[in-house]
Amino acid sequence: MSETREYVPNVIKAEEMDPKFKYEISKLPGAEKLMLCFQCGTCTADCPISRFNDFYRPRKIARMVQLGLKDRLLSDDALWLCSTCFTCVDHCPQGVEIAGIVRVLRNLTVKERAVMPLVSKELASNILKAGYVYEFPESRLKRREMRGLPPLPKPNLEDVKKIFELTGSSEMLEKAKTFEKVKS
Amino acid sequence: MSELKYLVFLGCVIPYRLASYEISARKVLKKLDVELVEMPEFNCCGFPMDPINHDLMLTLAARNLCLAEKQNLDILTLCNGCFSILNETNKVLAEDKDVREKINGHLSEIGMEFKGTIKVKHLVHVLVEDVGFEKIKDAVKKPLANLRVAQHGGCHIVRPAKHVNHGDDPENPTMLKNLIRLTGAECLDYMDETECCGNPIIGVNEEVPFQMAREKLEHVRAVKAQALITVCPFCHMMYDLNQPRIERAFNEKFGIPVLHYTQLLGLAMGFTPEQLLLNQLRVKPTELVSQIQQ
Repeated sequence: MSETREYVPNVIKAEEMDPKFKYEISKLPGAEKLMLCFQCGTCTADCPISRFNDFYRPRKIARMVQLGLKDRLLSDDALWLCSTCFTCVDHCPQGVEIAGIVRVLRNLTVKERAVMPLVSKELASNILKAGYVYEFPESRLKRREMRGLPPLPKPNLEDVKKIFELTGSSEMLEKAKTFEKVKS
Repeated sequence: MSELKYLVFLGCVIPYRLASYEISARKVLKKLDVELVEMPEFNCCGFPMDPINHDLMLTLAARNLCLAEKQNLDILTLCNGCFSILNETNKVLAEDKDVREKINGHLSEIGMEFKGTIKVKHLVHVLVEDVGFEKIKDAVKKPLANLRVAQHGGCHIVRPAKHVNHGDDPENPTMLKNLIRLTGAECLDYMDETECCGNPIIGVNEEVPFQMAREKLEHVRAVKAQALITVCPFCHMMYDLNQPRIERAFNEKFGIPVLHYTQLLGLAMGFTPEQLLLNQLRVKPTELVSQIQQ
């Protein structure tokens, strides 16, 4: 709140628009109904995140995808402010899964721009190392035992590693630069 | 009498940070004759990986579903995030042939195949749909009369409606409220009950979730609730663990204890606060405990 964001000019130039982008995005699971969005703004009005910052606007994101403003979308870290509460999905009168579109755009940012939040990279590396998003120190496992809790199920790290490789995630993680915080 | 048996999916956050939830849940479920079978193996449900690679999430989740299918047991989760991801994956893979074939292609490399033979349920769904109100009412030995609480069920056990499909109204969810009433406590309505806790983005931005949580706590305080009741580790951490930090950030004083529903039910069943690890909460429920013990 205290920090100001970079000024992005509002005038859209024709060469910024990629007319094929909307069709590419519409093919991806979660974003199929993109073209049904008629900009009523219900998603933004009901979005709990939009209430508390001036940058994350789901309606605007949907319109920008329709217009093919790929560069602007993938370089805007406001994309990472969606908390996936799915209020927009439930409230959209056209059945557009806005949160799905945001997820598709996040995935695309990671894939094409090789950038992701630091926290995602850390969680991924923990999952690869431990199967869980945390590495459990011995002391915590001991405490479980002392409390009479059953031992934690063991991870199958070989399978986990394979899943990361099969889905192209290992390569994404290796290449990806990270950012720490999203200003609001 | 029908035997209730589930594969319990603890997730990562609960065993790491919230023994109070796991212990209280195991205690009350045992009292209700619900048998919990431990996962034979485990990997993260996939929730934190969805933003970076949807297929990675689906495959991680599907691997867990395959493990449950092998045991022929439905999954019970205590975490809204795990429920959301496992349930969505279970539905999408069952309904969408293309996605199923793609993910099964990955799974075949690790000797697994998704078949779609089990269900995924959150604790709340199990209590309402399978255990039933009568049985829970019978197990309440010390009704918590005169206790006034509010609930925050969280997003992912009701939304998105197209995936969750457990009959609760996402605009006005009543499952958790009715479960609270069974303990004898009064469940108060308050403003914006269905509002998200904001925790999923706390890794990249604290300002927005803190403002959301502050507003939630203000609304809960306005109706003079003695505690806020949750059923998700993320929501719980947002309101309990972070409450002192929210108080400092906004120069406020809330002092609202946040209990896992299973702790509340456990108290009503006659377990002691110590048995339910009420002392592990960040915001100490001192008044509430002394009122119960009177």
